[in-house]
Amino acid sequence: MDKSAVRGTTHTADSVSELAGSMGQTQGAVRRSISTWGRIRSNPRVVVPGIILILIVLMAIVAPWILPHDPYDMNTRDRLAGPSTTYLLGTDEYGRDLLSRVILGSRTSLVISVSSVALATVFGLILGVFGGYLGGVWELISMRLVDALLTIPPILLAITVVAFLGPGIGNLIGVIALLYMTIFARISYGATLQVKNREFVEAERVLGAGTLRILWRSILPNILAPIFVQMSLSLGFAILLESGLSFLGLGTPPPKPSWGNMIGAGRGYMDQDAWYVLWPAIVISITILCCNVLGDGLRDSLDPRLKR
Amino acid sequence: MGAYIVRRLIQSAVLVFLVASFMAIFIQLLPGDPAYTILGDKASPERAAAVRKQLGLDRPIYVQYVDWIGSVAHGDFGDSLISDRPILNDLARRLPRTIELIIASMILAILVGIPLGVIAANYRNQMPDILVSIISLLGVSTPVFVSGTLLLLVFGVRWHILPATGYVSFTDSPWGHIEHLLMPAVTLALLEAAVILRMTRSSLLEVLSEDYVRTARAKGLGQRIVLYHHALRNALIPVVTIIGIQAGTMLGGTVIVEYIFNWPGVSTYLLAAINQRDYPVIQAIILIIATLFVLLNLVTDLVYAAIDPRIKYG
Repeated sequence: MDKSAVRGTTHTADSVSELAGSMGQTQGAVRRSISTWGRIRSNPRVVVPGIILILIVLMAIVAPWILPHDPYDMNTRDRLAGPSTTYLLGTDEYGRDLLSRVILGSRTSLVISVSSVALATVFGLILGVFGGYLGGVWELISMRLVDALLTIPPILLAITVVAFLGPGIGNLIGVIALLYMTIFARISYGATLQVKNREFVEAERVLGAGTLRILWRSILPNILAPIFVQMSLSLGFAILLESGLSFLGLGTPPPKPSWGNMIGAGRGYMDQDAWYVLWPAIVISITILCCNVLGDGLRDSLDPRLKR
Repeated sequence: MGAYIVRRLIQSAVLVFLVASFMAIFIQLLPGDPAYTILGDKASPERAAAVRKQLGLDRPIYVQYVDWIGSVAHGDFGDSLISDRPILNDLARRLPRTIELIIASMILAILVGIPLGVIAANYRNQMPDILVSIISLLGVSTPVFVSGTLLLLVFGVRWHILPATGYVSFTDSPWGHIEHLLMPAVTLALLEAAVILRMTRSSLLEVLSEDYVRTARAKGLGQRIVLYHHALRNALIPVVTIIGIQAGTMLGGTVIVEYIFNWPGVSTYLLAAINQRDYPVIQAIILIIATLFVLLNLVTDLVYAAIDPRIKYG
């Protein structure tokens, strides 16, 4: 799932960075940016998943105030009770309310995926932009590091690291960030190469601007389009990886609920109460689906030439 | 071409060596102690130290590392710390099962993905295309552990059509073997089929808009001939690449699939070894998987050049 994303995005990196370049030519032209924003807003493939994702994020933020039951409260008499008026989605093997656990689980999944993607973006950008702009040793170190990380299937690396460090939210965030940093590094590297010899960058260099200023003012704004697309796609992957690890018992440690460890636990009771597995499965799939559709939609809106 | 292959092989070997070295040193630096896996958590520190000495784990990490590299160079992966069995034997038994799983699901994915992709491109923006697009989006977005668990729930637990988990060797019962293989292979194939489908569709649409296709149509050839004889052949070039790349990512996918369906391949071996801190087993498996992964990428690039004469590596 990940390598293909990498290859897929190197392809988009090229085409989108072309776009970044063409946007650079009209740098400062406000009308252009309004029309881009307008294109994004009028694309249902951005708006619909965007609204659903915002709702999910809101749910995660207000989670403690909207829980119908205490998600840790065990009612052994009601264990594995299917959906009812008291427990809208039913209960788990300890009689804990599934709806409350699914809602609280959104917090775990989102905190981990959002912070790991944020870290991955920042460090990936640093590696890629410096590697691409400065070249030489910087390029060698950053890109070889990325190559080496891509030699092992991501889930294997994640499993190995987490298994040894012990499950925990901090460790999960670190590992996922490390894995997805490679994708951001590749994309920003490719995009930087495309932009760095354009006239407006040269102009700033001639004017005597320092390297950091050029990177911040000229390069960065012009490579952001592919980065945004990738952030949306990576968010989906990060949720996938977090829940996959939690499913294997290597992610979020119980009793804290996460969508992945709920499915992992519910798996053992499938013959008694199938709803237990189904709810978190549905929520995970919808969230990842929205991230993917949003990423595709953003790509179409940011570069209409790519649309087929 | 020959020089290119040699250069790539050397690069790949260096990369695998670096990764294996890094992992070999890295996992020893992480917390955890196989002595306590063997003796139990309540063992006295003295006994644990004795076991570590016996296993050779009391030596400095760089000595252990050089030792390991030396024996791997002689084709010996050493013995498992926990079971004392030679790792090579276990790997020789388990690796074919994992590869079988990957190949079976690859075939399924190709059989489903390419025809659906062709249909979608042929009926662009019409009902069949929209249906196929929805199916592929669901395929890409459903995590392997969700689809696997759901298949297990429906076919194994509810309807009892297929055996839920486990493994039967082909020599014991060919039919039983296929029955056990079916669900894990389908689970792994779902995601791949979706990826292959998307690639086939977009690549075919691109080719269909090219001049030579228009020429073929202008000659009065029928849609069927244009599609299958002229367009599809060129459209499949990027599809082959994506299939190669996917075969590599499937190596990762097998971890969860083998776990769900209790398939005794390399991944379940790795998960057990990680839990028991069985260092030599972990190192051997990571080395094998990294090698396979890198070789697959190399082969993909070469096949790419072989089927598309426009691409030359030098």
